[in-house]
Amino acid sequence: MVRIDCKGLYYRELNELIKTKADEGETEFYLDNINGQRYIGTGLSNPGIKIYVNGVPGNDLATFLNGPEIVVYDNAQDAICNTMNSGQVTVHGHAGDVLGYGMRGGRLLIKGDVGYRVGIHMKEYKKQVPVIVAGGTAGDFLGEYMAGGILVVLGLDRKPGAPLTGDYLGTGMHGGVIYLRGEVDPVKLGKEVAVFDVTDEDWKVLGQHLQDFCASFDVDYNEVSSEKFYKLLPVSHRPYGRLYAY
Amino acid sequence: MRTCIPPEFIVKIDHLRCRRCRRCIMNCGFGTLSFQDRVVADNHKCVACHRCVTFCPEGAITVESNPLSFKANEHWTPAVIKAIYKQAETGGMLFTGMGNDRKYISYFDQLALDACQVTNPSIDPLREPMELRTYLGRKPNSLQVEVKDGNYVLATEMGPQIKLETPIIFAGMSFGSISLNAHKALARAASICGTLMNTGEGGLHRELYPYSSNIIVQVASGRFGVSQEYLDRAAAVEIKIGQGAKPGIGGHLPGEKINQEVSQTRMIPEGTDAISPAPHHDIYSIEDLSQLIYALKEATRYQKPVGVKIAAVHNVAAIASGIARAGADFIYIDGMRGGTGATPTVIRDNIGIPIEMAIAAVDDRLRQEGIRNWVTIIAAGGIRSSGDVAKAIALGADVVAIGTAALVAMGCRLCQKCYTGNCSWGIATQRPELVRRLEPEEATERLVNLVRGWSLELKEILGALGVNAIESLRGSRERLRGIGLNKTELEILGVKPAGR
Repeated sequence: MVRIDCKGLYYRELNELIKTKADEGETEFYLDNINGQRYIGTGLSNPGIKIYVNGVPGNDLATFLNGPEIVVYDNAQDAICNTMNSGQVTVHGHAGDVLGYGMRGGRLLIKGDVGYRVGIHMKEYKKQVPVIVAGGTAGDFLGEYMAGGILVVLGLDRKPGAPLTGDYLGTGMHGGVIYLRGEVDPVKLGKEVAVFDVTDEDWKVLGQHLQDFCASFDVDYNEVSSEKFYKLLPVSHRPYGRLYAY
Repeated sequence: MRTCIPPEFIVKIDHLRCRRCRRCIMNCGFGTLSFQDRVVADNHKCVACHRCVTFCPEGAITVESNPLSFKANEHWTPAVIKAIYKQAETGGMLFTGMGNDRKYISYFDQLALDACQVTNPSIDPLREPMELRTYLGRKPNSLQVEVKDGNYVLATEMGPQIKLETPIIFAGMSFGSISLNAHKALARAASICGTLMNTGEGGLHRELYPYSSNIIVQVASGRFGVSQEYLDRAAAVEIKIGQGAKPGIGGHLPGEKINQEVSQTRMIPEGTDAISPAPHHDIYSIEDLSQLIYALKEATRYQKPVGVKIAAVHNVAAIASGIARAGADFIYIDGMRGGTGATPTVIRDNIGIPIEMAIAAVDDRLRQEGIRNWVTIIAAGGIRSSGDVAKAIALGADVVAIGTAALVAMGCRLCQKCYTGNCSWGIATQRPELVRRLEPEEATERLVNLVRGWSLELKEILGALGVNAIESLRGSRERLRGIGLNKTELEILGVKPAGR
C-alpha cells in the first residue's frame, strides 16, 4: 500500500511516481489532497491496481486505462475514461464533460450528474462492452456517434422539473444502447434513434449494473428499479449508408 | 434507373490475338469482362486500372478514353455534364478516391533549384559523404555541453528523437482503406530504409508488431484500435485532425470493407460503418489539443514524439503555431493534393491550399515567433519526385511524407476507385482474392527501390548545390527561384524570381 500526499505535487511527478511504484509491484494507492492533477492513471496497465483518490482529480483521469480500478471520493472533472480499454472508475460526486470518449471497455459509475458530450463514439467489440452509469442527469449530446456499449442515466435526486438529459440525445448513434430511468421529451432525440420498452433480456444486463451502482453508492436498488425504464436504440447500423453516388 | 452516362473508357479486345485464356476476366476486380463465346467487355464498368492489359499474355487488350464528343463548350465540360447525370440518377454526393486531380497550378513546377558553378565548387556525392539523416522530434532552444572525465557530454535534456536515414516517410493510410499486404509492405520497407510508415486511423494489425520501431500510430476522432498496447507498439504517435483530401470532414469506411480482420484491428463489429466524426469531440480548442497531446505523452511516459496532422487550410500558419505551443513534437501538414481512400469529390477538389504555400507560410511564422526548432515539419500532399522533395525541404520542411507515390510504386494506376473496395491490384481492397495479388515481398522491394532512387537523387541535388547535408538545404529558400510567378506568390514562397 502506498499513501501519497499530493498537496502541491505536479501531475507529471505524481503520475511517474504511481507508475514507478506500480512497476515495482505496488497495487494499492491512496492519493490524499488531490487538487486538479491531470492524467491520473493514464495508460496504467498493471493488473490488480486500485487507486483511491481523495480530492478532485483533474481532466483525463483514467485515459487509456487498461485494467485498474479507480475510486474518487469527490467530484471529478472532464474527459474521464477517454479511450479507456478496461477496468473501473467510480466517482462519488458529479463529473464533467466528454466522459468516456471513444471508450471501448470497462465501466464508469458516477453517483451524481454528468456534463455535455458524454459517451461520444463509445464502441464495443465482442465481449468488450463499455458501460457508463450516471446517477443524476446528463447534458447535451449524450451518446453522440455511439457505436456500441451501454449508457445509463438514472436522474436520481433531481430538482423537480429538471430534464433527465439535454438535447441531441443519441445523434448519429449507430450501435449500443442507452437506458433512461423515465421518459424523455421526443424533441430531445437525435433523428437516428427511437425509443423502445425495456425487456426482461435487457434487465439481465441492466439489473446487474444497477445493483453494482447501488452497492457502490449505498443507494436503494428497489427504489431505483421501481421507476419505468426506456431504452434508445439506433434505427440503423448504417445511418449514413445512402449518401454517396458511386 | 436507366443510366444516361456514357462509359468513360472503351475496352478493345483484339480477337485475332486473344487465345481465350480468360486471365483478363479473372484479373478484373470490377467485373468488366465476361466470356460469351469470346471475351466481351461491359465498358461502363471499366475504370482503366490496366490490370487486364498488364496481365494479358498476348497483349490483346487496349483501354482507350471514350472518344464520344460532346458539343465543344469551355464552361460545360464533359466531366461537369457527366457529374450532373450521375447525381440526377442517384441523388447522392459524388464520391472519389486519391488526390485532387484538377488543374490547379503546381508551385513545385514553377520553382527551380540552384547549382554551383566555378566559384563555389559542387560536390561529387559518388566520392564524398552526403548526409540525408534527419531527426524527427522537438529540438531544444540551445545546447549545453559539459566536460566530464575529459569527455564532452550533452548536458541539455533532449526530448525523444527518431532517427530517419532519409527525409522521406510513408504517409498515413489505414488498414481498411488499404489491404493488410499493402500495410505489411509499407512497414517492411520503412524498416529496411530506416524510415517510418504511418498506420492511418485504422489500428495496427498484429502482424506489423515486429516493425514497431518504424511505425507512427495515428489517433483520430474515431479512436479506432487505439489502446495502450497500440501506443506501446509505436515509435511515435500522431493525432490526426485533418487530411489534405478532406479538410474539415470526417472519415467513413463503409461496412462492406469491415471484414473480420479489419473488424478485429479497429475493434468494431463486422459490417458496420466505421465513422470518424469530423472533429475530435474532445478537442474544441488549442488547450483541448494540448490536453490530448499530454495525455499521449503521459501514456508513453514522454519516451515518444507526439505530433499533430492537419490539412493545409487558409490559416495554416496560425494553426501550426498553436499546435507547436500546445506541445506537439512534430506537425504533419497535408496539402490540397493529398490523397484519400474515399472522399466527396467536391471536398477533395475545392478545399485547402497547396502544400508549397503552406510550408512557406508555416516556416515563416514559426521562425518569426522563434519556435521553429520546437517542431519537426512533415510536408505531404502530392509529392511526386525527389525534385519535389528537395523543393519542399528548401521551402522549410524537415521531412516529406509520400502516400500516392508509395501506392503507385506498389502498382496503383490512380484510377481513383479506392472507395469501391474492388482494387484489382490488391492495394485498396479487402476482398481476399484481390488482396492476395499484392505480394508483400515484391511490393516491399518496389518501395525500397523508390526510396533508394529518390535518396540517391537527393544526394545528387545536394552535391550540385555544393552542400553535403540535407540540413543545409532546409529552409534555404535562397537556393530556389520562381518561374512565371507573380509578385505576391514569390513573396509568400519567399523566393526571388529567376534571373535575380
